[in-house]
Amino acid sequence: MSNSSRRFYLVPYLAWIVLFVVAPIVLVAYYSFFDVEGHFTLGNYAKFFTPVYMRMTLSSFWYAFLITAISLLAAYPAAYLLTRTKHKQLWLLLIILPSWINLLLKAYAFIGLFGTYGLTNSLLEAIGIGKQQILFTDFSFVFVSVYIFIPFMILPIFNALEEMNPTLVYAARDLGASAWTTFRRVIFPLTVSGVKSGCMAVFIPALSLFMITRLIAGNRVITLGTAIEQHFLVTQDWGMGATIAVFLILAMAAMMLLTGNRKRGAVNARKK
Amino acid sequence: MRGKNKWSNIYLVLVFAVLYAPIFYLMFYSFNSGGSMRDFESFTLDYYKEVFADTRLLIIVLNTFVIALLSAAISTILGVIGAIAIHHVRSNRPKQTLLTLNNVLIVSPDVIIGASFLILFTMIGIKLGFVSVLLSHIAFSVPIVVIMVLPKLQEMSTTLIDAARDLGASSWQVLARVVLPFIKPGIFAGFFMALTYSLDDFAVTFFVTGNGFSTLSVEIYSRARQGVSLSINALSTLIFLFTIILVVGYYFINQRNVKSPVKEGRG
Repeated sequence: MSNSSRRFYLVPYLAWIVLFVVAPIVLVAYYSFFDVEGHFTLGNYAKFFTPVYMRMTLSSFWYAFLITAISLLAAYPAAYLLTRTKHKQLWLLLIILPSWINLLLKAYAFIGLFGTYGLTNSLLEAIGIGKQQILFTDFSFVFVSVYIFIPFMILPIFNALEEMNPTLVYAARDLGASAWTTFRRVIFPLTVSGVKSGCMAVFIPALSLFMITRLIAGNRVITLGTAIEQHFLVTQDWGMGATIAVFLILAMAAMMLLTGNRKRGAVNARKK
Repeated sequence: MRGKNKWSNIYLVLVFAVLYAPIFYLMFYSFNSGGSMRDFESFTLDYYKEVFADTRLLIIVLNTFVIALLSAAISTILGVIGAIAIHHVRSNRPKQTLLTLNNVLIVSPDVIIGASFLILFTMIGIKLGFVSVLLSHIAFSVPIVVIMVLPKLQEMSTTLIDAARDLGASSWQVLARVVLPFIKPGIFAGFFMALTYSLDDFAVTFFVTGNGFSTLSVEIYSRARQGVSLSINALSTLIFLFTIILVVGYYFINQRNVKSPVKEGRG
């Protein structure tokens, strides 16, 4: 391949990288040093370390952790059982199908389901628990988030389980390991890569959710994502929004280093 | 073993029930003449009529599709160019750097992409609206296309290109007659993914849409914030059916890919 034609391919692609990958990150970092009036300041960073923002960051991480942990707990058995079914590719497709439906619509459905007169409350009443306030609570926020992210957790775990050599499990059982020991010492370690990419695919988006917090949690839960949206689109304090974004980017980079450089499960999810 | 099987089946059924309940709940009440998502009164198609009579909504649907098709087409072209560019880089370090930069937009949360693009468009003076939404959809679809096309390029034997050159093909002919046909399945898959990403996107669009221009997701969000309205249910039923058609289409494209001589991954 001659040099000129190589450049022919490289130039437009590099232009895209510079314009839409490098420039936005640089601009976010740049804006984080300016206050509302456009003066250079370090005040945004000082503000970020005040208790208000720290508490928000911590609670955002706590919710993201909760969402990831619950997704994992629910997804692992589901993925495992899926590998045991006949027509597993079809079942897997059915698991992924809801993830193709617009997120907003699913969140909207839960407004109906969890509403005061919704299906869930009718069920609760029928079994004698009585009406509960479900919408606009922490529970509904976590539940809906898990609902939305769980396909992205099931898929990489399913793939990892599929790649595992089943004879290893037989060998463990033959050698007298109990079902639990087999899981703990053989199956889980061999599928840990799937678990990692699943957690990646859930944790980072969970940190930055914002429309669900508004629709389902009724502004009770403020995540880093909500805060960024608030600063950019409502209070127009871009500097502070950019500062929070900088920390979110740092958290993301740390997560990626921690779990090894893997591409997000969502891409894998849709690839299959 | 029997009893265990029963429990595992119950668990799976439960998972599926929870996954599909909200969707069917929405669809069910779209036929409710009662006007709310409770107490089914009687069957009606009024809300569907309402959707089709709502010109504003239809224009938004049209906008959404125009954006999706245009951005998918342009990002597919850019993505193929990018994949070929990455493929041509021989040394390892620059290649890894390019791949990492490529993946940044895939792993970034939507809020960050939205906010940073908002800054970018304001800085370079692009008016928020159709153009800014289109540009950002192109921008976040390119890396997905690259990722879909690159494995196909790596699968392709270099002898194929050498043979074509030996037989006197120009570099344009090599591209059009040899490379592109070989990577066609990857290109289709990439185009399709870009399409669904664009149709599905809410957060990025929400940031860069400005006043006056809206896509379906943004419109649903603003309507849903005002509370329940059954025309959204009707609309979502239609979208759901459309999604199923898309998924089935994608499934068949994928099946064709799997059948290609060299199986990729586990296929």
